[in-house]
Amino acid sequence: MSALSSTEASQAASAQRKKSLRAFLFVVPLLAFIMLTFIAPIGSMLWRSVNHPTVAELIPQTLTELQRWDGKTTPDPQTFGVFATELQALAKQRLSGKLAEEFNRAYAGMSSVVKSTARKVRSLSPEELNSQGAEILLNANPKWSRPALWFAIQRAGQPYTYDYYLTALDLEVNLEQGIQVREDTQIYLQLYGKTLYMALQITLLCALLGYPLAYYLSVLPKNRANLLLVLVLLPFWTSLLVRTTAWIALLQTNGIINSSLLSIGVINQPIEMLYTSFATVIAMTHILLPFMILPLYSVMRGIDTSYMRAAMSLGAKPLPAFARIYFPMTLPGLSAGALLVFIISVGYYITPALVGGTDGQMISNIIAFHMQSSNNWELAAALGSLLLGLILLLYWLYDRFVGASNIKLG
Amino acid sequence: MSNIPAHFGFWHRLGARLLQTSSWLVLLFLIMPILVIVPLSFNVEPFFSFTEGMLTFQPEAYSLRWYQAIFKDPKWILAIQNSFFIGICATLIATVLGTCAAVGLARDEMPMRRLITAVMLSPMIVPLIITAAGMFFFYADIGLAGSYLGVILAHAALGTPFVIITVTATLTGFDYALARAALNLGARPIQVFFDIIMPLIRPGVISGALFAFITSFDEVVVILFMAGPQQRTIPRQMFSGLREQINPSILAIATFLILVSIALLVTIELLRRRAERMRGIELVE
Repeated sequence: MSALSSTEASQAASAQRKKSLRAFLFVVPLLAFIMLTFIAPIGSMLWRSVNHPTVAELIPQTLTELQRWDGKTTPDPQTFGVFATELQALAKQRLSGKLAEEFNRAYAGMSSVVKSTARKVRSLSPEELNSQGAEILLNANPKWSRPALWFAIQRAGQPYTYDYYLTALDLEVNLEQGIQVREDTQIYLQLYGKTLYMALQITLLCALLGYPLAYYLSVLPKNRANLLLVLVLLPFWTSLLVRTTAWIALLQTNGIINSSLLSIGVINQPIEMLYTSFATVIAMTHILLPFMILPLYSVMRGIDTSYMRAAMSLGAKPLPAFARIYFPMTLPGLSAGALLVFIISVGYYITPALVGGTDGQMISNIIAFHMQSSNNWELAAALGSLLLGLILLLYWLYDRFVGASNIKLG
Repeated sequence: MSNIPAHFGFWHRLGARLLQTSSWLVLLFLIMPILVIVPLSFNVEPFFSFTEGMLTFQPEAYSLRWYQAIFKDPKWILAIQNSFFIGICATLIATVLGTCAAVGLARDEMPMRRLITAVMLSPMIVPLIITAAGMFFFYADIGLAGSYLGVILAHAALGTPFVIITVTATLTGFDYALARAALNLGARPIQVFFDIIMPLIRPGVISGALFAFITSFDEVVVILFMAGPQQRTIPRQMFSGLREQINPSILAIATFLILVSIALLVTIELLRRRAERMRGIELVE
């Protein structure tokens, strides 16, 4: 073995660097594109979940005044005066409604308090507001004396906050600065639980339906199997909306399933199936089943039948032979399919939104609700970030057990 | 059932029969909901279910009125045009960028391959609702919400992972000696790409493009969040149809979409066979 001279070594290294750079240049356009069109939006969502300067921009002086506040009693008259002045300014610019909405998120029931107070202070003179702010506000609504309310205002005024994550986890911060379980409403943890539970149901159903079919296809002659695989691939390629529409047509009160059951006399009156969690589970099982069958099938095709024959000829009964010889060999396919189905169903939106009713909603639907209806974008961002964390965790598991490079299409 | 071997005992025979029956039931479960849509779209009544007349095959129970309704409704026509326009533009961007990146990723000397692959495949992994929420915030900030450009860029990003996966699959086992030989013989790099590499990976590129197209064509969550009324696509129009007033014109458009998916499925299948044949030839050599 001859040693390289130092110039040769550095030449080799620089040639290697050049090659790496050339390979990298191929990737740069797409990398930049994905960064701009995809990663940056995700980043902006993460940013929004912790950054919410609206209240700080609406009432900056009040928040400065509140820094002197001890947090236990009603704030001093000067704070009230400053707040009354700022509230009047907001009312005149028609921004008090926005403040009311923001306060209401921090402290339930605040919306009407802010709005009615804003109406009262609108016509008063600045001197009155400054000197008698406390009396005016307390006359307008006695709730203004509550320390808890001012505490909520102070927290809502922080431009950087983790409060939306606390809300998303059904937690809240109380007056003594302690984190506790939220008192009024606890919906999100339960919803995460329900989402995972439904995803598990869907995964199990897919495994239960997919395993025998994949096995059956894997023992058929290749030509016949390919022909039948078309029946698996056609739903896979068919629009999601089409498949969801089909399930609406099937499950409706006077839909196909109900009317056929009625006509053969199994039931006397139609069963309510659409707009339930049952509808979500069954429609999503149908939609995700190909994701289970395809990896299972490709693993099963590769299993040599002589293993089973050997086990049986050595005296194993069919069932134990299946459980101890065949089944373990199919585990890679089963875990790949199951994890894929589970990951996809945890983040699913369209099908639950269309067939799920109120009962069959998943975490994605509440995110959409906060994006579109309640306009609580920060909470939607926090819920979305938690969901993203969950998905990345699951995907990490998938990568460890299955290998991300094993993703195949069609 | 002729394909159960004669030497099987009773239980074995029963098991095989059970397996066969349950498999066919699952196949029925997979295909029946899709098939049921087609006849329903010819319903003369504005329902989503079979009428007496349809079940007894009376010709007057069937009609083309929902198909006519679609082609008379400017909303549906706009939606069809939008779906194809956005889909084709997004596919072009995704295919060009994705193919180029896949060629780079397949090189042995690619630095940070794992990280870069993860970033590039991420649009496929992240749930659409999260993508849509993020894009809603970001694209509104940079003034692209409610524009064709915004939707096309978003759909192109969603389509690239599929192009990368399919092209990478055709590149495994690609012999770079061919490219080096061409370079040695005086070809310019661009010529090498189009004359040497491209013909070999073409099946992967085309099927990647088809995947990217169907991804855009079928996508509704991102559209729902960041497209304006001008960019309504077929799935978006179906979504609001299913939420607001259900009538069989949705089934008519669904039938049309089923035809599109059959066409895509057949194309992909033909490409796959062709790729298999090409690989077979390489092995023989």
